Amino acid sequence: MNTAAHDSHDHDDHGPVKGIRRWLFSTNHKDIGTMYLIFSLTMFFIGGLMAMVIRSELAIPGLQFVHPEFFNQMTTMHALIMVFGAVMPAFVGLANWMIPLMIGAPDMALPRMNNWSFWILPVAFSILLSTLLMPGGSPAGGWTMYPPLVLQTGNAFPFLIFSVHLMGLSSIMGAINIIVTVINMRAPDMSLLKMPMFVWTWLITAYLLIAVMPVLAGAVTMLLTDQFFGTSFFLAAGGGDPVMFQHIFWFFGHPEVYIMILPAFGVVSEIIPTFARKKLFGHDSMVYAASCIAFLSFIVWAHHMFTVGMPLTGQLFFMFATMLIAVPTGVKIFNWVATMWRGSMTFETPMLFSLAFVFLFTIGGFSGLMLAVAPADVQYHDTYFVVAHFHYVLVPGSVFAIMAGAYYWLPKWTGHMYNETLGKVHFWASAIFVNVTFFPMHFLGLAGMPRRIPDYSTQFADFNTIASIGAIGFGLSQLLFVWVLLTSRKGAKATDRVWEGSHGLEWTVPSPAPYHTFATPPKARIANEAFE
Amino acid sequence: MLKVSKHRSLVGQLLLMTVAMFGFGFLLVPLYDVFCEVTGFGGRTNAVAAAVDEAPDLTREIRIEFLTTVNSYAQFEFVADVDSMTVHPGRMYAATFTAKNLAAGHKIAQAVPSIAPGSAAEYFTKIECFCFTSQEFMANEERTMPLQFIVSPELPDYVDTITLQYTFFDTAPVAANVEN
Ligand code: HEM
Ligand SMILES: [Cu+2]
Repeated sequence: MNTAAHDSHDHDDHGPVKGIRRWLFSTNHKDIGTMYLIFSLTMFFIGGLMAMVIRSELAIPGLQFVHPEFFNQMTTMHALIMVFGAVMPAFVGLANWMIPLMIGAPDMALPRMNNWSFWILPVAFSILLSTLLMPGGSPAGGWTMYPPLVLQTGNAFPFLIFSVHLMGLSSIMGAINIIVTVINMRAPDMSLLKMPMFVWTWLITAYLLIAVMPVLAGAVTMLLTDQFFGTSFFLAAGGGDPVMFQHIFWFFGHPEVYIMILPAFGVVSEIIPTFARKKLFGHDSMVYAASCIAFLSFIVWAHHMFTVGMPLTGQLFFMFATMLIAVPTGVKIFNWVATMWRGSMTFETPMLFSLAFVFLFTIGGFSGLMLAVAPADVQYHDTYFVVAHFHYVLVPGSVFAIMAGAYYWLPKWTGHMYNETLGKVHFWASAIFVNVTFFPMHFLGLAGMPRRIPDYSTQFADFNTIASIGAIGFGLSQLLFVWVLLTSRKGAKATDRVWEGSHGLEWTVPSPAPYHTFATPPKARIANEAFE
Repeated sequence: MLKVSKHRSLVGQLLLMTVAMFGFGFLLVPLYDVFCEVTGFGGRTNAVAAAVDEAPDLTREIRIEFLTTVNSYAQFEFVADVDSMTVHPGRMYAATFTAKNLAAGHKIAQAVPSIAPGSAAEYFTKIECFCFTSQEFMANEERTMPLQFIVSPELPDYVDTITLQYTFFDTAPVAANVEN
């Protein structure tokens, strides 16, 4: 235990106010982080229920449980909720909790804005979910909101647009807060290149958010004016072009997928060194690789639209630019493997999730490379192969990294060790079922099964049944996680350092982390030397 | 405790970036138009009448195919009077299309052209086209509409067939149509 942390909360020892007002008006980064994480978990289960509806309907050929219109509402809402409600807020929650602790700041730079950016989210998702109860139901044209189809949404349409606006607003506010915190509030002796990887990847992600969320806001605003104010941005009859929407959407959309994976890279880069008991291999090259990925993500968007009828030169450009991303991504993968090389590894739950992340995310990267081959994509586009690809990068990718982070930092949050056996059961169940669910989708896609359909020809039957069994299994496994969380205060008291091999300022404060930390800036270097 | 002034300039810069990127989203609209016009991307052809000198190249024959589609919300019949024709580059040709309003009310329609392959778009010039303006139809009115065009002799060698396809739209907003 080092002294800097002890001194840090001597004068400022008041705890939180009691009751609901603590949460409603909170400006404390730890409270807000907790709220983000709980919100994200709630959305994860709501979106998960929708996935269960989808997989039940697809378990066998034919239409059995739901109307096709409702099925389409489920696929659309599932994606919107998982992307904007589960994955993104989870990473913002981790950032809120951990970034100030990792850089030795007393709180986020703009605590009131922090409160706003969280509380906008429940409003946005209440609006989005309320469309389920409207005549005509929820949006059903896909999360990508392509016109002209999305313009036929009916009553839910303006609510969809408004909720997307709010989600964007929340993300932008969160991003500004993170950038200002990281740039202005680091411990005095922590230079930019000395920052932990999680902080680095979040800094880059925050810039991506500021660059592309406004573009999404612009695109949906154009949809709104096309529908209600007589413009023709995307209406062919009025001289517009629906394909232009796809360009603008994917100009946002591809950086968006990196917004969902870069913080995951950061989490894993914290965990692997801890349990391999070695320093992260190639810290600086990791920073450059992440920046490189972020830059390249702006010039590859049209790989989502190889089939719209692009000129050959366009196809070639986007094909090679996309493949180029595999290079910095490969650098990261190799660095993680090199970190583990000859390390003295142990396999606690966070490490298990991180290892699965490295392995399974790579499978998703490979299917991405296959999709990046323009002539091949003509065959794969809009099939289950694409569904397999993005679920591999998002579920055993982003979601596993979130789980890993939650297990890793949970003792710091609660002050107690969680139940390691249950954690491991949760991991193995998740890891097995995620593959049972999504691996067969590769075969379905290669055989030509289209995505976003409620019924299919009988040749696709068996693999779909397997995928549905896997999905139910995966869904149920996540209840174990809730159980771990609910019982997380029953375990042994956690030490300040929690893990034998952990490094960094967050492990110098007591467990659970007191309500206020680092009121006086710590000496980052001294703190870390204490762990050597 | 927190010195807001310390953060003000950075927050200001970030807000400026946000606003600029919002603007950039809209800037993509004119940029896209320019890009499409220059490259013929999306099979775009000229949207206003153009004058072109004739210089026929009788050694070369190009097949022109006409395709017509009626948007699902337009209550029209719309066909090309000939399915295809064979033309010489550099010579002007005429074709006609016939549309009929199937609705009991007055309608305004707009035909939107597209050329395939896209790389031929810049060599296909419309001198006169019913697609340059919207077309008014009385209830149940049927009308024949003219097209005059010329294919440039500079058309790349590998193109021997050009498909001109029109989609016929009802210009009333989509929402209004959905309710019908
Ligand atoms: C090596 C890196 C990657 C490559 C080369 C790649 C390539 C591609 C390509 C070509 C497509 C379009 C397929 C089609 O629609 O025909 C696609 C779709 C997609 N990718 Fe990736 N990808 C990569 C990494 C990622 C990552 C890291 C994520 C997210 C964490 C991601 C999420 C998605 C999503 C969500 C879609 C589908 C979007 C939709 O149509 O709904 N990808 N990817
Ligand atoms: Cu992409």
